[in-house]
Amino acid sequence: MTASELWNIVLMQGFAGLSLFSVLLLMGLGLAIIFGQMGVINMAHGEFMTIGAYTIFLISSLVETYAPGLMPYYFLIAIGVAFVLAFGAGWLAEWALIRHLYKRPLDTLLATWGLSLGMQQTFRSIFGAKEVSPTLPEWLMGSWSPAEGLDIPINGMFVMALTLLVTGGVFLMLYRSRWGLRVRATVANRTMANAIGINTRKTDRMTFAIGCGIAGVAGAAFTTIGSTGPTSGSLYIVDAFLVVTFGGAASLFGTVASAFGIAQAQSITEFFLNGSMAKVITLLAIVTILMIRPQGLFALKVRR
Amino acid sequence: MSTNDDRKGLQSLSRRQFSMGLAALPLIGMPGLSMAAKYPTAQVNTTKLAVTDTEVIVGQLHSATGTMAISETGSIQAERLAIEQINAMGGVLGRQIKIIQEDGASDWPTFAEKSKKLLVNDRVAAVFGCWTSASRKAVLPIFEKENGMLYYPTFYEGLEQSKNVIYTGQEATQQIIYGLDWVAKEKKAKTFFLIGSDYIWPRTSNKIARKHIENFQKGKVVGEEYYPLGHTNFNSLINKIKIAKPDCVYAIVVGGSNVAFYKQLKAAGITADKQLILTISVTEDELLGIGGENCNGFYACMKYFQSLDNPNNKKFVEAFKAKYGAKEVIGDVTQAAYLGPWIWKATVEKAGSFDIDKIAAASAGIELKTAPEGYVKVHENHHLWSKARIGQIQTDGQFKLIAESPNLIEPNPFPKGYQ
Repeated sequence: MTASELWNIVLMQGFAGLSLFSVLLLMGLGLAIIFGQMGVINMAHGEFMTIGAYTIFLISSLVETYAPGLMPYYFLIAIGVAFVLAFGAGWLAEWALIRHLYKRPLDTLLATWGLSLGMQQTFRSIFGAKEVSPTLPEWLMGSWSPAEGLDIPINGMFVMALTLLVTGGVFLMLYRSRWGLRVRATVANRTMANAIGINTRKTDRMTFAIGCGIAGVAGAAFTTIGSTGPTSGSLYIVDAFLVVTFGGAASLFGTVASAFGIAQAQSITEFFLNGSMAKVITLLAIVTILMIRPQGLFALKVRR
Repeated sequence: MSTNDDRKGLQSLSRRQFSMGLAALPLIGMPGLSMAAKYPTAQVNTTKLAVTDTEVIVGQLHSATGTMAISETGSIQAERLAIEQINAMGGVLGRQIKIIQEDGASDWPTFAEKSKKLLVNDRVAAVFGCWTSASRKAVLPIFEKENGMLYYPTFYEGLEQSKNVIYTGQEATQQIIYGLDWVAKEKKAKTFFLIGSDYIWPRTSNKIARKHIENFQKGKVVGEEYYPLGHTNFNSLINKIKIAKPDCVYAIVVGGSNVAFYKQLKAAGITADKQLILTISVTEDELLGIGGENCNGFYACMKYFQSLDNPNNKKFVEAFKAKYGAKEVIGDVTQAAYLGPWIWKATVEKAGSFDIDKIAAASAGIELKTAPEGYVKVHENHHLWSKARIGQIQTDGQFKLIAESPNLIEPNPFPKGYQ
C-alpha cells in the first residue's frame, strides 16, 4: 500500500469517527433534554425517531407522485415537518401520560416502554410490517471524491451539518432564551421555580415536546444511513441511553463529550478488531468509567 | 400474462376464478365429500388429531408482531394463499383446511409455548411456521416430544435433521457453494471478504464458505468480520474492505443492519462498477427497505426470484398480488413458505392418512411439479432438492436472473469437509 493510499484511509477513518459522533449526538440529544432536564426515562425515544423516518417516507412518496420536479429539495422541508409531527406527538404524550407520573420516575420507564410498544404496533398497522424505503434526493446519496481513492460520504456530511445546527440551536435555546432559563430553574429547584411564578407544568410539556421533536429530526436524518420500519427506532435506543448516561444526566456538554468519546472508541476498535469485539470493549470501558464516576462524565452541581 | 387460457393445473387459479372461489366452494365441496367418504376419519386419523369428516385443522406459527414481523409477514401470506387455493380445489382427502394462527411475537420462548398449545391443546395435523433458526431451535424439542409436523420455510445453516420437520428452504451448502463457484468462474474472483451479522446462520454459512474457498477453490479469504444484530454503522468496516481490496465481498448481513450496510457502501463510493458483492441474505423483501437504487448491480444467490419466467411462477405471482395488493413483493422465503401446504397435501394423499408417523415416512420422494421455483422433490433427509440461482439487483427492487444451476442440488445438511 502506498503512502497516499494509507493517508486516504486515515482521512476516511477519521471521518468515520466524526460521522459516528454526529449520529450518536443527534440521537442522544433529544433524550438528553428529556432525561437530563426532566428526569423522565423516555423508552419511546426511538419511536419518536421513527415518526421522523416515516415522515420522510410519506413526503417523499407524495412529492414523487405529485411534484417530481421538487425531489432534490423536499428533504430539507420534510425534516422540518418531521420536527413538527414528533413535537406534536410528544406534546400529546406528555399531556396524556407523562404528566401524571412526574412524582414516580421509575413508572415513567414502564409507561413509556408501553407507549413505545403501542407506537410500534401503530406504525405496523398503518404502514405494514415490512420495511419501506423513502426515495432520497440523488445528491444526498453518493460520495464526494476530492482525490483518487478518497471517498467522503455525502450523507455523513449532511448528518454532521444537521447535528451541528441542532446542537447549536439547543445550546442557544437552553442558555440564551427565556424558555431555557425556566427549564434550568425548574431543574435546579422545582418548588422554588414554581413559587417565583414559573409555570413548571407548561415548561415540562414544552421541554418534553422539544426533546421528541429533536428525536423526529434525528429519525428523519437517519433515513439516509439506516432503515425505515416499525422497529427501526429500537436500533438506536440503547446507544442513545448510553450516550446520555455516560455523559452525565442534566449536562449537555457531557452528552457532547460522551458521544465523541464513544464514537471514537467504537470506530477505532472496530477498525483494528471487529464489530462485535468493538462493542464489547466499548461497553466494558463505559461500565468501568461509570463504576468510578456513577454520575457520568459531567454532572451539574445541584443541591439535592 | 393471459388469463384466458383454460389451464387446469394444480394451482391454476386465475384472478377471476379466484374471486369466484367462495361462491364455488359448495360445488367443489361435493366431490370433496365423496372423497372424504373414501377415507373415513377413523382410518386416516388414528392418533386423535383435529381431523373430522369435513375439516382438518392446521396451525400457523409466525411472528405477526415484534421485530421479525418484517420478515415473517410474507410467509404468513404465502401459506394462507396456498391453503386457500387447496381448499378451493376440494381440500385434503376431501377435508377443508382450517387454520389456527398463533403469534410467536418475535420471542423464542413464546414460540415454544405456542407450539405446545397448537400440538397439545389443538391437536393440529401440521404446523406451518417459524422463520429464524432461534425460533426453530426453540420449538424443535416440542415437535419431537409431542410428535408434530413442522414445515419450515427459511434458508438456514443446516446441521439439523428431524423426523418432525420438513425444510422447504435451502440448507447452507445448496445456497453457498453454487454462488461461490459462479463468482470464481464467471468473475474470476480469487480473494474474498466475508461479512456477517453475529449469530449462528451467518457464522455457520461463512464457515462453509471459507472451507470451500480455501480447500476447493484454492482462493484466499482476506477478511472475515461479524457485527452485532441491529448494528447501524459500517464505515470502519468499509474502510477495511478498501484496504483489503477483495475480488468479492461475501455478505450475510440481516435485518435493519442490511439497509445501513448498503446505504453506507454507496455513500462510501463502493458501487457495483467498482466492487463485486455476492449476498445470500437479500431478497425482494429486504430490497423494499434498502431501495434498489442503493444496491443495484450487486448479486444474490437464492433458489427463487419473483422475476423467474415460468408459467407456475406467473400464476403464483398473479394470485399473490390479486390477494394482497399489486405493490407486494415475493422473496425467496415467501415462495418456500408457499410450498409447505402443497407438500403437506401431497404427502397426506400419498400416505392416505393424517397420522404424523405416516406422513414423516411418506415425505421422502414427494414431488411438486407446480412449485413457482420449478420442480422440487423431498429428500430422505427432509430437505428439498432444488436449484440455485444468481440474480442481479435492479433499481426497481427486483432481480434479473443471471445464472442457474443446471440440475437440482442435493441437500446436504451435514456436509463432510466443511465442519
